[in-house]
Amino acid sequence: MDAILIQILNGLDKGGAYALIALGLTLTFGTLGVVNFAHGALFMLGAFCAVSMQQLLTISKKVKDESITFFDAYKEQPYLEIWWGDAGTVIIDYAVPISILFAIPVMLLVGVVMERGLIKHFYKRTHAEQILVTFGLAIVIQEIIRTFYGANPIPTPAPDIVSGSAAVGAALGLSDALVYPWWRLIYLAFSAVIIFGVFAFLKYTTFGMVVRAGMSDRETVSLLGINVERRFTIVFGIATIVAGLAGVMYAPILPPDYHMGMDFLVLSFVVVVVGGMGSLEGAVAAGFLLGILQSFASMNEVKTILPGIDQIIIYLVAVVVLLVRPRGLMGREGVMED
Amino acid sequence: MSIILDINGVNKTFGGLHALSDIQLKVEEGTTHAIIGPNGAGKSTLLNCCIGRLIPDDGTVTFNGHNMIGMQPYDINHAGMVRVFQTPEIFPELTLLQNVMIPALAKRDGTFKFNPFNCMRKEKVLHEGAMEALADVGLEKFYDQHAGSISRGDKRRLELAMGLVQEPSLLLLDEPTAGMARHDTNQTIDLLKKIKERGMTKIIIEHDMHVVFSLADRISVLAQGRIIASGTPDEIREDPKVKEAYLGESEDE
Amino acid sequence: MMNLSLKNNMVVMLIFSAVVLTAPLWLDPIGANYPDLLQKFAIFGIFAIGYNILFGLTGYLSFGHATFLGVGSYTAVWSFKLFTMNVVPAIIFAIIIAGVFALAIGYISLRRSGIYFSILTLAFAQMSYSLAYSVLTPITNGETGLQLTIQDPRYLDAMAGVAVKEGLPSTNLFGQLMSGYSGFYFCAVMLIIGFYISLKIFRSPYGLKLIAIKSNQNRMNYTGFNTRPYLLSAFVISGMYAGLAGALMAVTDPLAGAERMQWTASGEVVLMTILGGVGTLVGPLLGVGIIKYFENIFSALNESALHEVFNFLPQALENTVVAVTHHFVGEGWHLTLGALFMLVVIFLPGGVMEGVTNLIEFIKKKLGMSGDESGDTL
Repeated sequence: MDAILIQILNGLDKGGAYALIALGLTLTFGTLGVVNFAHGALFMLGAFCAVSMQQLLTISKKVKDESITFFDAYKEQPYLEIWWGDAGTVIIDYAVPISILFAIPVMLLVGVVMERGLIKHFYKRTHAEQILVTFGLAIVIQEIIRTFYGANPIPTPAPDIVSGSAAVGAALGLSDALVYPWWRLIYLAFSAVIIFGVFAFLKYTTFGMVVRAGMSDRETVSLLGINVERRFTIVFGIATIVAGLAGVMYAPILPPDYHMGMDFLVLSFVVVVVGGMGSLEGAVAAGFLLGILQSFASMNEVKTILPGIDQIIIYLVAVVVLLVRPRGLMGREGVMED
Repeated sequence: MSIILDINGVNKTFGGLHALSDIQLKVEEGTTHAIIGPNGAGKSTLLNCCIGRLIPDDGTVTFNGHNMIGMQPYDINHAGMVRVFQTPEIFPELTLLQNVMIPALAKRDGTFKFNPFNCMRKEKVLHEGAMEALADVGLEKFYDQHAGSISRGDKRRLELAMGLVQEPSLLLLDEPTAGMARHDTNQTIDLLKKIKERGMTKIIIEHDMHVVFSLADRISVLAQGRIIASGTPDEIREDPKVKEAYLGESEDE
Repeated sequence: MMNLSLKNNMVVMLIFSAVVLTAPLWLDPIGANYPDLLQKFAIFGIFAIGYNILFGLTGYLSFGHATFLGVGSYTAVWSFKLFTMNVVPAIIFAIIIAGVFALAIGYISLRRSGIYFSILTLAFAQMSYSLAYSVLTPITNGETGLQLTIQDPRYLDAMAGVAVKEGLPSTNLFGQLMSGYSGFYFCAVMLIIGFYISLKIFRSPYGLKLIAIKSNQNRMNYTGFNTRPYLLSAFVISGMYAGLAGALMAVTDPLAGAERMQWTASGEVVLMTILGGVGTLVGPLLGVGIIKYFENIFSALNESALHEVFNFLPQALENTVVAVTHHFVGEGWHLTLGALFMLVVIFLPGGVMEGVTNLIEFIKKKLGMSGDESGDTL
């Protein structure tokens, strides 16, 4: 029982990341009709927003180390601590949550520039060309990041207060041994909030209604005389922010490196396709479903029966789903079939 | 004269809408049979049921004594029933000649033939056949142009050539002159008359009454998914139901 | 009278063979004349030519062709280990086994089209890659990669009485060692054969039908073609080319690793094909040449080498130029690659070949010559 619960939790936080990336991916695809292979790179950029914020906050000055008395020793001390003492230390500790505020405008800017500068010109091109140009862009983005941040993963810890584990078992009246890292729980809650936020936005605002109408029938909406172009830009911006925030919050779970986007991109694409191209609900459902399945497949009990299953489960599910349900779990007819 | 196509009791619904109700239609070999009717009457649906694009809910489509229901479109093509599409379904990246060579290859090679070591340039017989078909529709001069670059009317004629080159025993024409200028329409009528002399059976869906009455041996009138009248052109002209449902309207326009 | 235009297959093949076989001569001035790089040109050339038969003719974008490359390599190395160091059986086995894999994966993947097809091939490729690393370690030797050892049985060699003297044996073609230039010439001959088959396919009724499928698959069905076997056969042929390329990798360097099957490797062949010109005969080869050449040159450059290159400039300017360009060379080579890729897709969707064709048209127009023929492009 405990083991199963842990696996479900494990699956949910990974599934949360898949779902967030896939949500943006399918939003872009459903409204703009663009297959964006650079979407994983946006996730990675988000993670590096957290890294940058951490580095920014810890810009340091060389000061004499007072704790060492028998010779002159120097240490690096962040300006924030020098100026504000303990308050500075606390701010540095909260680098990751703070970087959310930083990431939203940055990602929006990235998204708008990308859409206006590149994606816009590819609405009428073939899907293959869209894939190829965004694939090239993804390489460029990740190489730029590598130039500035190097090739090694950069640890970006969560605030101290949530660095421990939550006694999930005790809280649920199960075994005390059942603990789970706080930050992963926060990630799960965070992804749920973002997902509900996006859905609420699409459901209850006029803007969202137009977007949803556009997803089901693009031609009609453009015939209504609505300024589709500007909306496309905003939609793309939203997708970029969602991917970025998913990345920011994932930084403490997986120390960011420049190619993390590619690793997530392939999986997210599988998620989108399993969920059904252009279906938001499908993307979220498939994200969590595949996250949980992957986590169960990595249990030792399962691995002894089916060796290697943890490595391939997602792809296996994708193949089966696509063969049984050609349009994915919740896909609509006529999307992406030409 | 024998019956080449026998449509018997075909029904097709989309959601709750009866697109076709109990269609009975017999086409005699060697004749030109026109199907007319107002927009949305189910004419295109009926053609789609014949060539395997749609599968009727029930009923039979018997062609040359074989049931066509459930057969793959390519098998129906090889049985000898070929459709000329209303909106040109051509190969825009290929030249006109290549566009016509492809159906000619289908006729010769069957549904699948692995012949990667033949040389296209040595396919003299096919080449001549394709050029003849292009000449039939008056496009032979443009044989080396890309099909995507020619006018819409020319694309329709190319469509026709692609159907003709297969020398089908039954040719289904979906509004062959729609969107053509009067001069081109008359040319197409002449061409279709010429084909008739070769003994090719045709079904024509058409709005243009001038075309229908110059070509058809028999006419069936389709309205709201039902055949409301069937007969020779003269019979149809005099039929009060038809006047009400269709001809009256079109004369008012 | 003999037709001496490029429409004649013999003429094309004579020119092509001459160009390929003299590659060491004309690549010498640009510093690309060393066997290792020459072999790469030929091997990736085969890979790209084969991939182009699928993607270029039918338009089906496969993200899984590196699988067949890997399968070819593993098969060839196993043939070296079990039977003989002679390359001929290794290559034959590799092509057959890669073909079998392509048949199985293609049969399933081709039930879908468009992006669904791409994702299916990607899924199979990732599965093969993961399994090669984990469960299939007895066959693939996992992360270490499959290598030759002294203890390998090599039954056929043993029967023929070929004794291993010292160290690992080398691959050979009936005694001729496959290293250095002889390795290149062997690969070059394979490339010429591969190109000839591709040329025949491009100019055959079969090839025309494949192009028509790319243009309008739906119409093909109503025209009387069952498109599935056409697509599957093209998929298998391109898989066999990849198998051959994989085998040649093992021939020139007898070891096989799973990283060869990663999806980025599949991405690379897509990239080469696009860069050169999808659906043209020589385009993919140009793409291979450009990418492999610049990969070798650019990734070897460093800052001091750049200073040498730009030292004709005034000092201040030199420093600025170097400061900017050094991000694009050495380890930053991928940045150049990504940027190049974007530029090509944006401005030259037909690849380098489109540029060349446009240029020829332009020159012809300037010289007052009329564009003559249609159809057969190179």
